[in-house]
Amino acid sequence: MAKSPEGEHPHKAFGWAARDPSGALSPFHFSRRENGDEDVTVKILYCGVCHSDLHTAKNEWGFTNYPVVPGHEIVGVATKVGNNVEKFKVGDKVGVGVLVGSCKRCEPCQQDLENYCPKVTLTYNSIGQDGTKTYGGYSDMIVVDQRYVLRFPDNLPLDAGAPLLCAGITVYSPMKYYGMTEAGKHLGVAGLGGLGHVAVKIGKAFGLKVTVISSSSKKESEAINKLGADSFLVTSDPAKMKAAMGTMDFIIDTISAVHPLLPLLSLLKMNGKLVTVGLPDKPLELPIFPLVVGRKLVGGSDIGGMKETQEMLDFCAKHNIAADIELIRMEDINTAMERLAKSDVRYRFVIDVGNSLSQ
Amino acid sequence: MAKLPEEEHPVKAFGWATRDQSGHLSPFNFSRRETGEEDVKFKVLYCGICHTDLHFIKNDFGLSIYPMVPGHEIVGEVTEVGSKVTKVKVGDRVGMGGIYGACGSCENCDNDYVAYCPKLIETYNGIDHDGTRTYGGYSDFMVANENFIVRVPDNIPLDAAAPLLCAGITVWSPLKYFGLGEPGKHIGIVGLGGLGHVAVRLAKALGSKVTVISTSPSKKNEALGHLGADSFLVSRDQDEMRAAMGTMDGIIDTVSAAHPISPLIDLLKTNGKLVIVGAPEKPPELPLFPLLLGRKAVIGSCGGGIKEMQEMIDFAAKHNITADIEVIPMDYVSTALERLEKGDVRYRFVIDIGNTLAATKP
Repeated sequence: MAKSPEGEHPHKAFGWAARDPSGALSPFHFSRRENGDEDVTVKILYCGVCHSDLHTAKNEWGFTNYPVVPGHEIVGVATKVGNNVEKFKVGDKVGVGVLVGSCKRCEPCQQDLENYCPKVTLTYNSIGQDGTKTYGGYSDMIVVDQRYVLRFPDNLPLDAGAPLLCAGITVYSPMKYYGMTEAGKHLGVAGLGGLGHVAVKIGKAFGLKVTVISSSSKKESEAINKLGADSFLVTSDPAKMKAAMGTMDFIIDTISAVHPLLPLLSLLKMNGKLVTVGLPDKPLELPIFPLVVGRKLVGGSDIGGMKETQEMLDFCAKHNIAADIELIRMEDINTAMERLAKSDVRYRFVIDVGNSLSQ
Repeated sequence: MAKLPEEEHPVKAFGWATRDQSGHLSPFNFSRRETGEEDVKFKVLYCGICHTDLHFIKNDFGLSIYPMVPGHEIVGEVTEVGSKVTKVKVGDRVGMGGIYGACGSCENCDNDYVAYCPKLIETYNGIDHDGTRTYGGYSDFMVANENFIVRVPDNIPLDAAAPLLCAGITVWSPLKYFGLGEPGKHIGIVGLGGLGHVAVRLAKALGSKVTVISTSPSKKNEALGHLGADSFLVSRDQDEMRAAMGTMDGIIDTVSAAHPISPLIDLLKTNGKLVIVGAPEKPPELPLFPLLLGRKAVIGSCGGGIKEMQEMIDFAAKHNITADIEVIPMDYVSTALERLEKGDVRYRFVIDIGNTLAATKP
């Protein structure tokens, strides 16, 4: 007979879980494994609220295995390290992102691309190497193989740095892969939410000209004055969209809802590249003609490997890049999720787990 | 008042044109410019019929201007060269594809990406620098700047080489640009028509392992036996497609009819590229999970540069690669277009302009 979440592992754990597609989260008792030789036990201090958490809590992608404890932008302190762990010691500030396991043997794993391993174990809603379900960072502690634990840089704020563990790497990785690091090139960032606002900051740090592309003008002043974007384009303004046609080398499309690609593709120069990192629950329509006559590219990208994630954290620390956050208490998570669904956040909620998660 | 096509330019020309979307072509008198100091004038011997000709004749893209003389897979013999021309001389065999002119100074022109110059002038249905319309290769001769002409090597049959000027370069360019045509790479070719069959030959000669992906099992023997592909996948066979998932570095999709691309994306390895060179009208669905979870990309490609075209045709001549063609007389063209629409050709019609056009003059 299957064990209950509380009885599966030796160490009691506590968090908040969604139990059905309403997505409503509530207190949840479960358990974590013994800290093995390769493991690091992390006391969780902060956890960012990623849109993926909302998609999963509500089963919008169709593969949620309830109950689910979301959360994959985790920052905390190491409280125990296994015998083979040399990278970390007790007391170190650490981060855990979107993955907690992979096969370690396949070609992607050998190339530091654990995120593309066909047997990747995600931080939540996934089946671990031991056959049990993984539970995420809306909880008091987590036990993770050292390979999937990040060193959290000293000069990054713990709370505002948490979203980098998913949002940060999600935009950093394609920016490196597609060569969006050449100073002077023009990057469009479609969507100004958790991912978008970090993309603007990282883009500016790479020396790019950055234009934010949005469906409404309400974020314009902030984009320019606070985030440092060079310009702001509202997609419903036909004259401005026409003037911007064929001006961008790259676009990072962070929009999490279904949206038309044609207007974005028209903004690209010939040979331009649009990389989509959002995951709407339905497919998009792909206009072929503009791709063919412009040799344009639409590519996807999914977080990044562990080595690159560490590189990204160090890069952000060097350039003083962290997320703009709204810190919330654990018990306010459901309200936060409702607001997130309406994009009513500047620009990431982060749960103050350390100070507000109590049984 | 606008001049008649016959009067626009000083040199009389003759060809076949369509005057509307019906797909019916007929004899047409027009004119071409004098041979300028950088120009090459060549008599047209053969012209391939590209599926794009059909699209433009029927105004599928909404861009057609009538009367239209189609044809951009043109081969012939030089009859006159301007004083500054160094590339070719009178008597040389030459070819010309879909590019008649470009700005010459943008980033794309500088890098031999001339197909993507924003000021590109097409060989037909384009607007020339002087504001007049361009007329294509279903005609007796062409006049073009030497920068847009390629030499056709002596050892390649002219008629079977004609389709290389569009079909050939269209598949060659992405094979090279995206690193898909090289030893160690496994690529899929979707569709076995004018583009597809040339793609198989070129890719094999470049050293890639080639799998043909088709809706019709009947093309299997041809793909493996005659064209030399390594394997054949029937796209409607779910078991075959599943077994091939995650095995291809790239796919060149030549199919011009609407079709789903989701199963093709699944065939790609991580970092794999689906390059689309056909132009289906209806946008397919783009599934995001498979795209993201393998860092895959969908890219369009259209023609290629002129240096690239010369490199391709020299390579084809060296490896004895030409198209499989059905040579037709000029007055068969409307029937050929009807058959092309139904995919009833192995694999390209080529009009024998040199021997059959003149006889159709009224």
